[in-house]
Amino acid sequence: MSTTVASRRKPTAQLVREHLTPLVFTITTMVLFAIFFVWPGSLGLFYSFTSYRGVGTPKVVGLENYVTLFGDADFYKALLRTFLYTVLAVPIHYVVPLFIAVLLVSKHMRGATAARVVFFFPWLISPIVVGIIWRWMFGESFGFVNYVLQLLQLPTARWQSDGNLALFVMLLAGTWGGTAFTMLLFIAALKNIPRSYYEAASIDGASEWRQFWSITLPLLRPTSFLVVLLGTIGAMKEFALIQTLNDGGPGTENVLMVQYIYKTGFEYARIGYASAASMVLMLILMVIAIIQMRIDNRGSDQG
Amino acid sequence: MTVQSTTPAPGAVTPAPAAIVTRTKPPKLTWTSGSIGISLVVWGLALLYALPIVWFLLSSFKPGSELFRYPLTMFPDNWTVSGYTTAWTRFNFARYFTNTATAAVVTTLFTVIVSAATGYAFAKYKAWWLKVFFVCILATTMLPTEVIMPSTFVVIRDLGLYDTLAGIIVPSIMTATGTFMFRQYFKTVPDELMEAARIDGASELRIFASIMLPLARPIAITLAIFSFHWRWNDYIWPLLVLKDQKLYTLQVALRSIVGADNIDWSVLLSASVISLVPMVVIFLVFQRYIMNADMNAGLKD
Repeated sequence: MSTTVASRRKPTAQLVREHLTPLVFTITTMVLFAIFFVWPGSLGLFYSFTSYRGVGTPKVVGLENYVTLFGDADFYKALLRTFLYTVLAVPIHYVVPLFIAVLLVSKHMRGATAARVVFFFPWLISPIVVGIIWRWMFGESFGFVNYVLQLLQLPTARWQSDGNLALFVMLLAGTWGGTAFTMLLFIAALKNIPRSYYEAASIDGASEWRQFWSITLPLLRPTSFLVVLLGTIGAMKEFALIQTLNDGGPGTENVLMVQYIYKTGFEYARIGYASAASMVLMLILMVIAIIQMRIDNRGSDQG
Repeated sequence: MTVQSTTPAPGAVTPAPAAIVTRTKPPKLTWTSGSIGISLVVWGLALLYALPIVWFLLSSFKPGSELFRYPLTMFPDNWTVSGYTTAWTRFNFARYFTNTATAAVVTTLFTVIVSAATGYAFAKYKAWWLKVFFVCILATTMLPTEVIMPSTFVVIRDLGLYDTLAGIIVPSIMTATGTFMFRQYFKTVPDELMEAARIDGASELRIFASIMLPLARPIAITLAIFSFHWRWNDYIWPLLVLKDQKLYTLQVALRSIVGADNIDWSVLLSASVISLVPMVVIFLVFQRYIMNADMNAGLKD
């Protein structure tokens, strides 16, 4: 009798310790996760099959939203512009911070600590204000940049009324705002590379340029992967910065996906239709993430 | 599967203890042609990076009449703070400032506590469902709110959170990054510490609250800084949730000035600078924590 009680009681205590205690610790996160990720995620999927406009009962319309979406020129325009922005932004957001980080940790650099603070400063600034700052720099008739161009007797440029120049300013502003964080990631990773690797390489007569390609870059692989993945997702969902920089302008030339979803969902109250666009964007993000992880896995197997 | 391959990444970037490597300075500063060249390049770039903010800051002290006057001058002829006073009082930025501060501080407090508890459970308990849930949390970094805005809005509305400050606080409490940071840290704390406390008869909650949590103080501070930064600069949640202008946060208020037909640049410049002040102060005070932070996956929330 007593043995059965003991053997019964022990599992209960174990059950409490192994399951109930961690449940107490994680329950808040679970509830929040369910309410703000699972619920909107599944609701979005459901709405994408309805003609919901924010009031009344959603009416199921099957695949209609998706069919309309794939024939919607505005949607394609936003999607293509988003791809273009991402394809241009990701390499720049990778190379510029890497360049700065490598030079900052270089033994030749003087005043690295102070310079690092300067490069880091834009991190403090919100995307909304970054947009405002660069809008102020690139004003067409009053901006600093056009004024300097004029002083140098160079032709001024239509930074806001030319779609491609406006995209260029978006890239500049995004890089300026994003450098700080990525630079810190790279600096942390660079400092973890043992100095002895470089010492051995220079004894063997490898130039610093060669050392960068053969030691630094391969060892930065995990960080590079992270930066490219985060950068891609970040560029695909760029929104706040553009809201104040040019609001997707001139016209609708630089309206990217998230702004497109926002406009259709809220300004035109087409929640169902916007949800369909959301699902497409989500799918694209997932595919991109999976592809990048595949590439990363394959690479590390070889390495 | 997707997530398995991300897991090594955070640790691989910098293991926690190594993050606080202090830079060993070369014993003698000698100027070689290499050091001159590289220093010049870096400082030239640094000047370029500083230029927009310097120009912006100086412009904010110009009277409206000077803002667009050609030829442009770097420094104001007549220094003025009229843009600041107008923004603060007539444009209600005092109120937006308070709203933003309230939301940011309250969210941050909850974020630190909730992330610590969740990260602790992930690090120290072995239940099978914890692994599943951890993968779910990781997946949230791939599914940003921006992507599911329309349905998120409906959820907020149905919960009765629409147009309340709680509506921007509650959804922002949970962050994958915060959870990771604590998980990574608690993994480095030896299990023997828990075992010893258990033998002494301490309850599981007590072990967490009076032994583990105080140990994780540096992580808590770092996360608090990051969380405040995310919340202070957040645009998407306030945009979705707030309609009443009295509840606006700084970011939404700034956007509304830009959205006007005629942008009042004098107010816009000053109001933007005002919005930067808290982050600059935090940076000056906690620089060490920010610059040496254990950089993890998804620190950009």
